[in-house]
Amino acid sequence: MIRAKTLQDLFKRYRRPGDLVFAWAFLAFSLFLWFNLDAQTETVKGTKWAAQPSFWPTVAVYTMVGFGALHLVSSFVSPKLEGRWREVGFWLRSFEYAAWFMAYVVLVPRLGYLPSTILFTVVLTIRLAYPLRPFLGAAVALAVTVVVVFKSFLQVKVPGGQVYEYLPDTLRAFMLTYF
Amino acid sequence: MDALLSGVELLARWDVLVALFIGSVGGVVIGAIPGVGAAVAIAILLPATFSLDPIVGLTILLGIYGSSMYGGALPAILINTPGTAVNALTTYDGYPMTKRGEARRALALAYSASFFGGIFSILCLILLSPLLALIAPHFGSREIFLAALLGIILVVLAHRGQVFAAGMLVGFGILLNSVGLEPIKYTRRFTFDQTWLASGFDLIVVVLGLFALSQAFLLLVDKDNTPHPQPIEGSMLSNLKELWLYKRVASAASGFGVLMGMIPGVGEFTAQFMSYTYAQKTSKTPEAFGEGSPEGLIASEAANNAVPGAAMIPLLALGIPGEALTAMMLSVFYVHNVIPGPQLFQNQLDFVYALYIAMIVLNVIVMVFLLFSTNLLTKVIQIPTRFLGVVILTLSFVGVYSLRNSVVDCAIASGFGILGLILKRLNLPLVPIILGMVLGGIMETKLRTSMVRVKTPWDFVDRPIAAILVLLIVFVLLMHFRTLRREHKERIAEMDHDHDVHTSQQG
Repeated sequence: MIRAKTLQDLFKRYRRPGDLVFAWAFLAFSLFLWFNLDAQTETVKGTKWAAQPSFWPTVAVYTMVGFGALHLVSSFVSPKLEGRWREVGFWLRSFEYAAWFMAYVVLVPRLGYLPSTILFTVVLTIRLAYPLRPFLGAAVALAVTVVVVFKSFLQVKVPGGQVYEYLPDTLRAFMLTYF
Repeated sequence: MDALLSGVELLARWDVLVALFIGSVGGVVIGAIPGVGAAVAIAILLPATFSLDPIVGLTILLGIYGSSMYGGALPAILINTPGTAVNALTTYDGYPMTKRGEARRALALAYSASFFGGIFSILCLILLSPLLALIAPHFGSREIFLAALLGIILVVLAHRGQVFAAGMLVGFGILLNSVGLEPIKYTRRFTFDQTWLASGFDLIVVVLGLFALSQAFLLLVDKDNTPHPQPIEGSMLSNLKELWLYKRVASAASGFGVLMGMIPGVGEFTAQFMSYTYAQKTSKTPEAFGEGSPEGLIASEAANNAVPGAAMIPLLALGIPGEALTAMMLSVFYVHNVIPGPQLFQNQLDFVYALYIAMIVLNVIVMVFLLFSTNLLTKVIQIPTRFLGVVILTLSFVGVYSLRNSVVDCAIASGFGILGLILKRLNLPLVPIILGMVLGGIMETKLRTSMVRVKTPWDFVDRPIAAILVLLIVFVLLMHFRTLRREHKERIAEMDHDHDVHTSQQG
């Protein structure tokens, strides 16, 4: 919560580098939706305005465009901050971890929950350049704890791995149920 | 009285008690770790609680919600880093006390003030419940629509200095709710002929992305950091009674917490700043605020802990969440077919009382736990931040994937994770997106049903509560513009403004 004391505070405000880039991107996205509003929503004949399927998307897009434009203006009239592209670089670096996460997601139905989780935490710990002792042990312990708590104990819906099919019958049933 | 006893009966089950214990202790531990917070924990645990009984699942989440702020005070006081966003103000006076060698006193005051605030708010609610049960049935579709609209307006205006950003993000939230196959006329909205967009955006997937995955990405990309707080020596029991000396501040702060908690879209931050300002203005030593004033510390902690209880009022009585955490809880209610709203207070008052009693018990559990485990918690704070990122990412997988085993859900959550990271880095609020999504859905349904009987605009406000709500909306907007105009006329020097966009609104 900040205390804006004058009207200028709405336009000139303390910002972080990269604010202008985000303001542009958000407005561009909002305008894209605005141009597609008619094509992507329908108006049904004989229906009151409040019940029209297009009513709330229209309200949302107009709000986004209106406030997005004002936000962009406020970014423009504020002093330029150094480090804009360095900040954008920081945002882009998060894509790497999103990719690791998606790789983990794809791996689980194939390798199984427990093996994938151990692999994921260990590889990520190595990627983060933590010393193998004690972090490798911590990574394995983390993986086992998460799987035991959520899959074995709370029985959350995570499918068994395809590789479990190659296990002996009794072990396969056990692995499918608990890991 | 019968409802109260029946509520106690609902709680007298071993699984509920275990849930209460896990939620309370877990909440404190999660709150104590800077960078995690109740929102991340609740987002991750939501799908896991779907398979539990409503009262068990809600007790765990309530435990985390109500106790995380206790834990959050610990790093705020010891290492000047708030454990949860709403403990930011605690650092102002808590950390200077630690630097003066009064860490134990500061912690004891924070814990006792939190306890006071928590219990005060729940007692207020128990006393208010019969009244709510009386008023709630008078809320029809149009009243609930207007209350949700008021919530949307307040959540935008409450982000002073970020009003434009909050406005555009609320709009984005409303849009997210409308994407997909619309359920009444079966038309498609913003699906771009993509099958994965036809089912729309699931609230939990968005919440997990914005709160949990974004935090994991943020910790993983940022520099590693391992805080090393000093251990606390001696018993805290002797310092607890000091709160009695500041009972006036504690009561006023709790009162602000209850009032602000009840108003959708306002919450902890406004309550804290109002109670802190009040405490400073009425103090005999206002100059000590920000330099280690016990009154400042109490004002902050009592106010923020009084909010969770009060925030349950609009949620339970009207089905309107006031902030992100209660919005998440709303989805738990829906999953278990418990529909919060006027009917809940009329037909299931015992369930409501059970939740309140659970909140009292959790405050007691937390207090006892903290008195004996503060030094243990200082060890938890020492987890390296990037490794913490690995932990959150691993746990987030369970949250998203277990919903419906969908790779698309995980990809959407990752996308929202990146968006959340950008917003957090820019210090822009996440809460308006979630509230836009939830309140947007409520407004759409309620406006549609209420317009059936409305012939002229006056019909919309021909009932007293609807008229009061419209007047409130007009009043809030007028007050906002009046304040802006007055401030503009005063022309306060640019450097005197508080330009600091506090991170506290990240949820």
